[in-house]
Amino acid sequence: MTDLAHIRNFSIVAHIDHGKSTLADRLIQLTGTVSERDMKEQLLDAMDIERERGITIKANTVRIEYKAKDGETYILNLIDTPGHVDFAYEVSRSMQAVEGSLLVVDATQGVEAQTLANVYQALDADHEIVPVLNKIDLPAAEPARVAEQIEDVIGIDASDAVHISAKTGLGIPDVLEAIVTRLPAPKGERNVPLKAMLVDSWYDAYLGVVVLVRIMDGVLKKGDRIRMMQTGAIHNVDKLAVLRPGMVDVAALGPGEIGIFTGSIKQVRDTRVGDTITHEKHSAQKALPGFKPSVPVVFCGLFPVDSAEFDDLRNAIEKLALNDASFSYEMESSAALGFGFRCGFLGLLHLEVIRDRLEREWGIDLITTAPSVVYNVYLKSGEMIELHNPADMPDLTYVDHIEEPRITATILVPDEFLGDVLKLCHDRRGIQKDLTYAGSRAMVVYDLPLNEVVFDFYDRLKSITRGYASFDYQIDSYRADNLVKMQILVNDEPVDALSIMVHRDRAESRGRAMCEKLKELIPRHMFKIPIQAAIGGKVIARETLAALRKDVTAKCYGGDVTRKKKLLEKQKAGKKKMRQFGKVEIPQAAFISALKMDG
Amino acid sequence: MSLAIVQTLSENSLPPSSVAEDWRAGGFGLYLHWPFCQAKCPYCDFNSHVAGDVDQVRWRAVLLSEIARVATETPDRVLNTVFFGGGTPSLMDPDLVAAILDAVRAAWPLANDLEVTLEANPTSVEAGRFRGYRDAGVNRVSMGIQALNDSDLRRLGRLHSVAEARNAFAIARNVFDRVSFDLIYARQHQTRAAWRTELREAMAMAADHLSLYQLTIEPGTAFGRLANAGRLDGLPDDDRAADMYADTQEICGAAGLPAYEISNHARPGAESRHNLIYWRGGDYAGIGPGAHGRLTLGGTRYATQTPLAPAAWLERVERAGSGELPRQVLAPFDQAQEYLMMALRLREGAQIDRWDKLSGSVDILQKINGLDGLNVLHCHAGTLALTDRGRPVLNAVLRELLAEV
Ligand SMILES: Nc1nc2c(ncn2[C@@H]2O[C@H](COP(=O)(O)OP(=O)(O)OP(=O)(O)O)[C@@H](O)[C@H]2O)c(=O)[nH]1
Ligand SMILES: C[S@@+](CC[C@H](N)C(=O)[O-])C[C@H]1O[C@@H](n2cnc3c(N)ncnc32)[C@H](O)[C@@H]1O
Ligand code: SF4
Ligand SMILES: [Mg+2]
Repeated sequence: MTDLAHIRNFSIVAHIDHGKSTLADRLIQLTGTVSERDMKEQLLDAMDIERERGITIKANTVRIEYKAKDGETYILNLIDTPGHVDFAYEVSRSMQAVEGSLLVVDATQGVEAQTLANVYQALDADHEIVPVLNKIDLPAAEPARVAEQIEDVIGIDASDAVHISAKTGLGIPDVLEAIVTRLPAPKGERNVPLKAMLVDSWYDAYLGVVVLVRIMDGVLKKGDRIRMMQTGAIHNVDKLAVLRPGMVDVAALGPGEIGIFTGSIKQVRDTRVGDTITHEKHSAQKALPGFKPSVPVVFCGLFPVDSAEFDDLRNAIEKLALNDASFSYEMESSAALGFGFRCGFLGLLHLEVIRDRLEREWGIDLITTAPSVVYNVYLKSGEMIELHNPADMPDLTYVDHIEEPRITATILVPDEFLGDVLKLCHDRRGIQKDLTYAGSRAMVVYDLPLNEVVFDFYDRLKSITRGYASFDYQIDSYRADNLVKMQILVNDEPVDALSIMVHRDRAESRGRAMCEKLKELIPRHMFKIPIQAAIGGKVIARETLAALRKDVTAKCYGGDVTRKKKLLEKQKAGKKKMRQFGKVEIPQAAFISALKMDG
Repeated sequence: MSLAIVQTLSENSLPPSSVAEDWRAGGFGLYLHWPFCQAKCPYCDFNSHVAGDVDQVRWRAVLLSEIARVATETPDRVLNTVFFGGGTPSLMDPDLVAAILDAVRAAWPLANDLEVTLEANPTSVEAGRFRGYRDAGVNRVSMGIQALNDSDLRRLGRLHSVAEARNAFAIARNVFDRVSFDLIYARQHQTRAAWRTELREAMAMAADHLSLYQLTIEPGTAFGRLANAGRLDGLPDDDRAADMYADTQEICGAAGLPAYEISNHARPGAESRHNLIYWRGGDYAGIGPGAHGRLTLGGTRYATQTPLAPAAWLERVERAGSGELPRQVLAPFDQAQEYLMMALRLREGAQIDRWDKLSGSVDILQKINGLDGLNVLHCHAGTLALTDRGRPVLNAVLRELLAEV
């Protein structure tokens, strides 16, 4: 246990790719936390999917020890956070567990949309903020201009911002000194009942449920019996450790410290992030305020390809939800797809990540249905239902009107791309709220329907601005509009999993786009297949997939049989990745790809 | 249980038409692989290697030892066919071919109409050896002509011209009783009209057999790599390839050389009997590097295979007395699948009672009914065969028939 004055806890926050994880690498390295041999780039991005995509998805905590210029040794707990807007909940949760933030800004890019969003969150959490200007090794870096921008746009003092290159290691000692001298020590009392914040949790194949805690008051020791105040669950602390970043056992954790414990927790539901942990006896009276719940904005169905794997999927989803509090789920059944789950996400990248993790970490092949936002459907009876799934849309004769969620989007973009961005927002039914300039960049604020944004807005924005625009949004309000349910019929059979809600004026173009996409995505069959989009009974778009005409092996002699048989087995396995609708097989990938818009 | 007991059981207690002796319906052949070529063609994924000097003495010893080994396992079987395939077997010394065929004649009782085929490349050098092959006992030649225009031959990486190929083929026709040649079509930048013209020229040249293959882009070949890099242009799309296939059926049919298999055409009676063994689910021994075999021994059917690399195969035979990798037992159901895959390639089709016996009566009729209305299969007098519409989509038909069986 360390006394409070020698502890500093902080999160590293920034816009995506500004270099948080690389800075964390240098801090870990310079303090000798990890041996040179074990060091690798973005060490904390340990998940396959993080390494493949080169982004952080999960916040990660590491404890490092630093001998400061004042001669004292400090315990530093750093939390590296993700930058992408879909994982903002990870950031806000992490901030609750610490007292300060390193605000990293890429000196070649300047302030971006998530830079702003992060600063507001940090201020909300009463954080001390240390601005860090990164990537000054690059010729395009303009630290002076970016410092000015921070002061102008964000309004925080950047005169003593630390200039660094997380890549070369330049300036890292200054960062460590700034952490010790400029960030506050945590507060807390040792001799009072235990109050620990449940910051995060995850499932480990060997240890079971692992719980990450920040001790606020009191002391947590190995062997203690603890109670989760919200769920009431009682457990024994079997293992107590700090993360360096591997687990290193400790006997006790005192106020201000961050660490993990395990306690043969069987019920995944027992652990809820934001809960307060206290001792079973001598309990704290009042729980900590907890976290603001996250609100999922995109929903879709996840079904096992092999319906026998439903129980495996349930198990996997429960365990994964433990590690991701922003993901919600409930059981669902569909005529075509059988039993599965309706899941809620913070955005489309979040959806893709969860689906990927379920498939990789748990080995379950999944079918993903068309993502949808939540509509408020007002019935003539005066009743209102929340529509999470277009398939559940009541008959139109009962519907009075439909409201859709709208967002306030903030986009920062270099002048030269402004015209394209305005056009994109306009095409997506946006209403401009504000347009200001900061240097050669414009900041535009738009009121946009969420359903026009969730699928591929971010991708489009990146591509039309060659990656130079940044984007952040908040859910704003619900508003009525002329919304209809559009069905897709494949070979004259409606495919519920492809039904979407759409604005009436956009229905034809979306319907045509979906039919064209599906025509590319569905393999040819031995018969021709009409693909139609319809509203009510009325067909508004139609494509025809021609019949398969050629699929035969030209040469097949004695030496080819074995290979041919394997190929056939492989194709049969490939069929498993398809779903049968009537006589037609639709590849799983089609369910999401069909929705991506090109314009 | 010892092998001897299995043999007794199969020979004494099972009637010849039982599952265990199913191969008899197809016959027995010997395949010999000669893995060397003068150059590697960019489309070819056969087990072929370019080697400067081949020690034909060493090869002779090893090939003969393999023949002896297989013969002791299959004594008293009547041998219907021998096939020298490659690579380029027309690079073999006629002496070596003679020694092999002498050994074959000594090893097995021969069918009266023993067919001995040798694959040949159409260069003048090779044509010079034709008489030697004939004297050794080869009575059928299959020649890889591939194209009847010089620029396409160059694009296919061939070392011969059209004129050279025509000459070699004329010599072969003089020397051998039976001759066939191969063409590859659906080539880069080949139009439908151009193929129709070329095919008519081929009809004028052909004797009574010909193989017409659509160019297949095989992974791991030079063409495969080009295609992956998006640099193999002018290939026909599936629709045009389907049209060209239909043209081929029409023109060959009118010329009296209908397809008896997906890519093989013959006057009735002039079919390749060796290849028919494959398609009719017969037994065949495979000798040489990378050669596959299917052998029914003591009532069990085995899939045999040898190492692909020539050096590895030679050493294995010399060291272990057998070139074979461990044999795989083919369960009756595997045999059923293979039988259907192969037999449906033939115009004559597959016998439903053979399927029933091998598959343990997995109901194929129900699957067939599922394809009803598509007009891809017809069922007649206990035989299941593809229709003209079904032939070019055989793989799709097989996926349906064999799905979840
Ligand atoms: N030249 C240069 N490149 C840097 C520097 N710091 C980071 N990078 C590069 O910037 C890219 C993004 O770095 P990360 O550390 O993954 O950024 P991040 O902020 O953690 O990204 P997210 O977690 O996805 O939000 C990587 O390619 C790094 O190598 C730097 O100081 N100089
Ligand atoms: C074993 S190969 C070669 C025989 C001989 N070496 C020759 O090239 O003439 C038999 C035949 O398969 C055909 N073939 C080989 N590769 C092919 C491919 N990728 N696509 C279509 N036909 C092919 C050629 O027509 C060739 O003649
Ligand atoms: S096509 Fe014939 S000559 Fe060309 S590499 Fe293949 S086997 Fe050898
Ligand atoms: Mg990162």
